[in-house]
Amino acid sequence: MSKMTLQTEGDTHIVVTRRFAAPPEAVYRAHTDPKLVQKWMLGPEGWTMPVCISEAKPGGKIRYEWSNGKGARFHVTGEYLELEPYSRLVHVERMHLPDTTPDNHVETSFDPEGTGTLMTMRMTLPDAQTRAAMLATGMERGMEASYVRLEGMI
Amino acid sequence: MERGDFFFLIISKYLYKVFLMDAVSNLDAAFSALADPTRRTILARLAKGEATVTELAAPFEMTQPAISQHLKVLEDAGLVACRVDGTKRPRRLARAGVDAMDQWLAMLRKALERNYDRLDEVLASMEKQKRGEKR
Repeated sequence: MSKMTLQTEGDTHIVVTRRFAAPPEAVYRAHTDPKLVQKWMLGPEGWTMPVCISEAKPGGKIRYEWSNGKGARFHVTGEYLELEPYSRLVHVERMHLPDTTPDNHVETSFDPEGTGTLMTMRMTLPDAQTRAAMLATGMERGMEASYVRLEGMI
Repeated sequence: MERGDFFFLIISKYLYKVFLMDAVSNLDAAFSALADPTRRTILARLAKGEATVTELAAPFEMTQPAISQHLKVLEDAGLVACRVDGTKRPRRLARAGVDAMDQWLAMLRKALERNYDRLDEVLASMEKQKRGEKR
């Protein structure tokens, strides 16, 4: 049920899938309702998301701020482009480290599968070289059945 | 620097910052070479392929001797190897360097899997609450 997959597609895409034991409406809400996002999009143990803004409407703002409680913080900002409750989300996001990364375009779909949901996240990176660089360090190696990616963390 | 390079360096910095920060500060002497951001950026660059000192120094406001000093630390730690090519001494990731990268990526994967495991829990509690409301 919980297996993740990661595959490349074309020159600039990375596609991640994950199945959930809940209907698309719930998974969609967990991705857009800030109170829910704050509970799970946290990365490694010890990190929290003290600030979570998610205005789930076209043009709505996204702002996630993470903290490890020991003085380390960083944040992501973005905007929603398209929302089709409860099946599809399109947003753009960028990291502030504090340097700002180029925009990353993310399309997430939530398809019913039995009583659960198949989530598919398609990330579009600026160019083929960027994706190659990201995958070059071994992410791709033996990763058909495992999940990676920056953007999930975002 | 090309855009892709820039992005990759930022990503690398991000990965280290977020997912290795705690680990880096706790790693033993063998990995203390990784505790410096310049050296981590050098490693990230070398993960893409061989590079000369000039190429490695390019993204930094640092002299080549300063970069060479960082390279020496990395070489002493077994993370970077050097070969002779005429008058050039291109550097590449050594086995330990590759392992360090893999370790960092494994931590990233783990962190992301944690996210989705947590989401499973959130979804389960949402379902429970819903059932409670119906009752």
